[in-house]
Amino acid sequence: MEFISPTEWAKHKVLAVQDYSILAWRSLTNLARKPRYLADLMQQADIIGVGSVPIIVLTGVSIGGSLALNTASSLQQFGVTSMTGQLVAFSMVTEIGPILTALLVAGRNASGMASELGSMRVTEQIDAMRALGTDPSKKLVTPRVIAAVVMLVFLTIISDLFGLVGGWLVSRTMLGVNTYQYWTSTYQNLTFGEVVRGLVKPVIFGFVIGTIGCFCGLQTKGGTRGVGLSTTQAVVASSILVVVFDFFITRFLLVFWPT
Amino acid sequence: MASSSSSILLHPRAGAPGDRVIVFENIAIAFEDHVVLDGVSFELLCGETKIILGVAGAGKSTLLKLALGLLKPDRGRIQVLGQDITEMPEDDLFALRRKMGMVFQESALFDSLTVRENVAYSLEEEHDLSREEIERRVREALRFVELEPTLDMFPDELSGGMRRRVAIARAIVTQPEIVLWDSPTAGLDPVTSTTIIELLVKERDVDKTSALMVTHRLQDAWVMATHLFDEKQNRMVEARPEQLPQIRVSFLLLREGKVIFDGSAKELAETRDEYIREFIA
Repeated sequence: MEFISPTEWAKHKVLAVQDYSILAWRSLTNLARKPRYLADLMQQADIIGVGSVPIIVLTGVSIGGSLALNTASSLQQFGVTSMTGQLVAFSMVTEIGPILTALLVAGRNASGMASELGSMRVTEQIDAMRALGTDPSKKLVTPRVIAAVVMLVFLTIISDLFGLVGGWLVSRTMLGVNTYQYWTSTYQNLTFGEVVRGLVKPVIFGFVIGTIGCFCGLQTKGGTRGVGLSTTQAVVASSILVVVFDFFITRFLLVFWPT
Repeated sequence: MASSSSSILLHPRAGAPGDRVIVFENIAIAFEDHVVLDGVSFELLCGETKIILGVAGAGKSTLLKLALGLLKPDRGRIQVLGQDITEMPEDDLFALRRKMGMVFQESALFDSLTVRENVAYSLEEEHDLSREEIERRVREALRFVELEPTLDMFPDELSGGMRRRVAIARAIVTQPEIVLWDSPTAGLDPVTSTTIIELLVKERDVDKTSALMVTHRLQDAWVMATHLFDEKQNRMVEARPEQLPQIRVSFLLLREGKVIFDGSAKELAETRDEYIREFIA
């Protein structure tokens, strides 16, 4: 294993941040420049969005059910199990829905983007694309980033909805909570600010997942081993950034819509 | 390609024979601490094929990528088709690259696209052509490399030689002014290599394309320098002595990042330089 000096290490990291910032900026500014690759955008939306629905539904139902079980055990002590729906809705919509969806999409799609673009990189397909007069950031990056942003919002809504359904199933069958009571406490107690918080997060998370996945892929070096490393890096970096950004977004949005 | 009288050039030829289409002036490039090219200067004239020779790691492929603007030199200036590309922004380079074609050493075909889609790629991306016209040009390019039946196949269903020929079709489908060939026969059997070289000779003599060709195989370089494409017989034939001056092929030999020879086949054969004599022996 080769050791590098701390200065060189720091230089590499600063350079990587600079390159990432340029790629992230270009992925957005490309929207204003032709050509626009709508077919690629739709294809990516299908891969990220439709392809992720089954796991989002399954995990949403499971997490919603678990939340209902956990909160109900505390609420039973005070005889207010009727509030289960409210607590499940608050947790799912503001925090667990966006985070869970983002982490699943990071694992599934950031890795997919990094491995696909990484393979293209090591087999000179990216260079071939540039040689044929196509900007890879327009053709490959922007469609993936925009699809990740848009689809993550919809997937989060689906996750929230099925989380509530999971909570209802558990509340109805195991806790004896009345269906009307569950759903009434769910929607009556959710505030506008909480819903906004839950829907702003996936926009930022989608952007992070899309840009990190593409960045790691396009930076790939070293053949198939490099592709494997890029894939791992994409999942780790995007997952960590999602969790870190979640804290700051929550803090920021609470200023405008306090709970 | 050009033999088809119905073809309209997507990129009308800007240069006349003798014009300089690529100029390298004192080019240097290093990766980390490793100097790859150091003070390389040469010119490629319109209609000429310059064969770049050198041992592995001499900087031959790097030189092609510099000519295409895929890499930026640390020092020196590069002109392509009369434009200085040294400091040219990437967006402007895309427009210039559409007038050039490149065949990569490993073909670099888009593996998720069919042969038809690979060859049609640049036509669909950049040119305002109808579906029928794109199909016609794609079939014409594939007929040129004798691979029309593979239209709907994927690159991984083709042999190495067939992939290389599809890459050639993709590079020439837009009838570029300059084609860059990166080891087009590397790793191929002698029969397939000859087929590829015949295609290169055909492209040079029929379409009059300027080209830089990197190769490790000296026999391919000599074939390029001593053969012409006979359109009547539709095959490559050995040039008669009086025809040799018509063949516009020159040689560039790199050693440790520097140009140690730049001249004609005759000059190369008559050189007294020990290293070069050993190299071409």
